[in-house]
Amino acid sequence: MCLAVPARIVKMYEGGMADVELEGVIKDVSVELVDDVTVGDYVIVHVGYALAKLDPEEAERTLALFAQAGATA
Amino acid sequence: MSKTKGLHGVRPIDVERGQVDLSHGAGGRAMTQLIEELFFDALGNEVLNREHDAALVELPPGRVVMSTDSFVISPIFFPGGDIGSLSVHGTVNDLAMGGGVPKYLTVGFILEEGFPLKDLKRIVGSMAKAAQDAGVTIVSGDTKVVERGKGDGIFINTAGVGVVSDGVVIGGHLARPGDKVLVSGTLGDHGVAVMSKRENLSFTTEILSDAQSLNGLTTAMLESVPGIRVLRDPTRGGLSAALNEIAQQSGVGVALDEAQLPIRPEVKSACELLGLDPLNVANEGKLVAICAAEDAEKLLAVMREHPKGKDAAIVGDVIDDPRHFVHLRTGFGGKRLVDWLAGEQLPRIC
Amino acid sequence: MKYIEEFRDPELAQNLAKGIAEAVDPGRDYAFMEFCGGHTHAIARYGVEDLLPDNIRMIHGPGCPVCVLPVARVDKAIALATDHDVILCTYADLMRVPGSKFDSLIKARSRGADIRMVYSVTDALKIAEGNPDRQVVFFAIGFETTTPPTAVALRIAKAKGLKNFSVHCNHVLTPAAMRAILGAPGDPTRITIDGFVGPSHVSAVIGMQPYHEFTEDYAKPVVIAGFEPLDVMQAILQLVQQVNDGRADVENEYARAVTEEGNAKAIALMDEVFDLRDSFEWRGLGSVPHSALKIAPDYAGFDAELRFDVQTPAPRENKACACGDVLRGEKTPEQCKLYGDPCTPENPLGACMVSSEGACAAQWTYGRFRQQDLVAE
Repeated sequence: MCLAVPARIVKMYEGGMADVELEGVIKDVSVELVDDVTVGDYVIVHVGYALAKLDPEEAERTLALFAQAGATA
Repeated sequence: MSKTKGLHGVRPIDVERGQVDLSHGAGGRAMTQLIEELFFDALGNEVLNREHDAALVELPPGRVVMSTDSFVISPIFFPGGDIGSLSVHGTVNDLAMGGGVPKYLTVGFILEEGFPLKDLKRIVGSMAKAAQDAGVTIVSGDTKVVERGKGDGIFINTAGVGVVSDGVVIGGHLARPGDKVLVSGTLGDHGVAVMSKRENLSFTTEILSDAQSLNGLTTAMLESVPGIRVLRDPTRGGLSAALNEIAQQSGVGVALDEAQLPIRPEVKSACELLGLDPLNVANEGKLVAICAAEDAEKLLAVMREHPKGKDAAIVGDVIDDPRHFVHLRTGFGGKRLVDWLAGEQLPRIC
Repeated sequence: MKYIEEFRDPELAQNLAKGIAEAVDPGRDYAFMEFCGGHTHAIARYGVEDLLPDNIRMIHGPGCPVCVLPVARVDKAIALATDHDVILCTYADLMRVPGSKFDSLIKARSRGADIRMVYSVTDALKIAEGNPDRQVVFFAIGFETTTPPTAVALRIAKAKGLKNFSVHCNHVLTPAAMRAILGAPGDPTRITIDGFVGPSHVSAVIGMQPYHEFTEDYAKPVVIAGFEPLDVMQAILQLVQQVNDGRADVENEYARAVTEEGNAKAIALMDEVFDLRDSFEWRGLGSVPHSALKIAPDYAGFDAELRFDVQTPAPRENKACACGDVLRGEKTPEQCKLYGDPCTPENPLGACMVSSEGACAAQWTYGRFRQQDLVAE
C-alpha cells in the first residue's frame, strides 16, 4: 500500500500544509508528519501527506549502485 | 424575423441573472423567446432560422456517414473547453474518423430547471465558435427542460452527417499485421484537465483540454495517404480502449513502444500523483491512425505539418496475435499488457 | 520527474539485469516475496520479470490492504453507507471490492448510498466540516504508510471538536503479516521463501528495526526496496548475494527515504491514537494476532465502530476462491480455478482481482499474454 511520489516543496503554509510540485503539477499536502522541511526539499507524498524527506545524497549513492551492478561479478 | 419581439408585454430574457424554468421547454412563447434570443443569436444561420421541424440540406455526392453523441460531462466548464465546444468537436470527430467530411450538425439540449441562462449563453457561444472552426453548420435543434433535481444542469446531444469520398475505405476491422500505428499528438491532456477541476482530486496545473475538431487534419491525411486503414479518436478509455477495440475488430494484436508515446510531463506527473495510467485517460482532440508500413513516414510528415498534428508520432505496430492483445514494450525493456479497462479508471492510492 | 525517472532508466536496468544474471548460482532456484502490493504492481507494469533469470521466482505477497480486507469488513462499509445514512468516505481502491453476495460500495452507491471517493483523509474532514448536519465516516484501510495520515486526521478532528466525523479503523500491520506468512520458525508446511523485498513506504514510517526478527528468528534476508523498478531489481540483486553468502541481514536499498529508526513523529502519533487489536481476521491468512489497530480510548469519541451499531449477516466467501492461497504465495493466480473465468477485473470474485495490485489483477492486466494456455477463439 505504497503509492507515493517524491515531490518538491514550493510553498509552506501555516498550520502544517504545503504546496508540492511534480513537473508542473501543484498539489497541497500536509507536512504534519515531517519535521524540518523547507521550500526546495523533496518529500515522499502518500494520500496527501508527506511521510519522509528525501535525502539527495543517498539518492545519488543508490543510482551509483545501479551503475556498478553490471560490473561486479 | 423574430416572432416575439415587439409583442405586448414580452420583455427580453435576462441572460445575466435569469434561469431556465419549465416554461422554456413547454413549446410556448417562452421557449420560442429562448430559442430566438439565446440560441439563434449565437448559432443562427439560414437553415436554422427557418425553424422548420426538419432541416432541408443538400449534400455533395458520395457515401453518407452519420453519427450521434451525447455529452454529460462534469464540470461543464473546464480548462480549455466546455460541454458546448466538446459536443461539437465530439460529433465532428466521429464523422471524421469515419473518413467523412462533416457538413451538418443537429443539437438537442436537456436543461435542468434553474440552470443559469448566463452559463447557457456561454455554452451556446462556445458551440458556435467550435462549429465555425470545424466548418460545419448547425441546422436543427431541440430544447427540453426537466424539473429541478432530474438533470445534472445540462445534457447535450449532437448528431451529424458528412460525406465520404470515393476510394476512402476506413474501418476498425481493417488493420493488418505489418501496419503502423500513429497518434496525432500528446495523450491524456483532456482527462487530466477535467480531473484537475474535480472536487476531491483538485490539483493545479496548466494542462488544457485538447478538445478540438480534427476534420481538417483527416482531410489532409486522406489526401496524402488515401489508403489509411483505420482512424479512431481515443476518447473515453484513452488510447488503450481504442486500440483494444481495433485489435478485437481486426483480429490482430498491437505492439506499442512506450518510448514513442507523446505525453506531456505534467500529464505524466498528474497521473503519478493520482495513480492513473495515461493510456487510459481520455483525449478529445487526438486521433489514432493505422496505415500500411510503407505509408507511415509520409503520413507522419503530413500530420506533423498540420497545426493539429504537430506532435504526431509513430507509436507501434500491428502484429499477428490470435489473442488480440495490445502490449507495450516498456521504456525499461520489459513487456506488459495494455489492458482494456473494466470500468472507469479510479485513482489508485495503493 | 526528478527522483522518479532516473530510477526507471532502461540502460541501468540492463546493467542490473546483467548483474543479477551473473550473481545467481545456476545450480539453484531462488524464491523471493515482494511483500508490498505497490511492488507487485511495479514489477508487473514494467515487466521486471522479463529481465530476471529463469531461476528467480517472485512470489507476490499480501501487502495489499484492499486484498486482505475480509468480506465481513467490506460488508460493514456497505451497511454503514446503506443503513445509517452516513456520508461514507473511502479511498478509490475500495470501491469495487466485492463483499458478500458480490455487493460492493460502487453498487451501493448506484442504489443511492452516499459514498464518496477521497484522495486523502483530509478531504473527508473537509466534507465533515461542510456538512455539519450529516454524519461522515472515513473508512480507513492501509498498512503503516496510510495509518499516520488517519492519526493526523483524528487529532485534528478532536482538536476541532468535529462531532459528526468518525473513523472505521481497518489499519493493519506489516511485520505481523510477514510473520503469519512464514509461520512458526521451521514449520515444514510453509512454502520456501528465500528472502523478502521489504516495503518502501511502510519502512519509511516504521524504519528498519521491525524486520530484524525475520533475519534473526527465520534467517531470511530482508532488503527494503524503493518504489521504482530499478530499486526492486537492486534489491533482488542484494537478496541473491545474501542468499549465496548464507547471510540474513536487513539491508536498506531505499536509503533515500528510509532510515533505521523511521519516522519517529509518525510512530509516536500512531501510538497515541491507536491501540493494538488482540487479533484481526485477514482474508487468506485467517485470524492473525496483534496484526491490526483499533482507535485508542482517548479518541473513542471518533470511533465509528462504537458510534454505529452496524449489523451485517454472516459473511460469505466463494469457496472456490483461492485468494488466501494466492496471498500466501502458495498458489499462483493461474492455479485458482476461478482465475480468468469467471474471475476477471471486470467481474472480480475475490479481492486479489479487484485491487490493481492484487497478484491476480496484476497478472491478468499486465501479464496474461505470457500464458500460453490462454488463446482467444
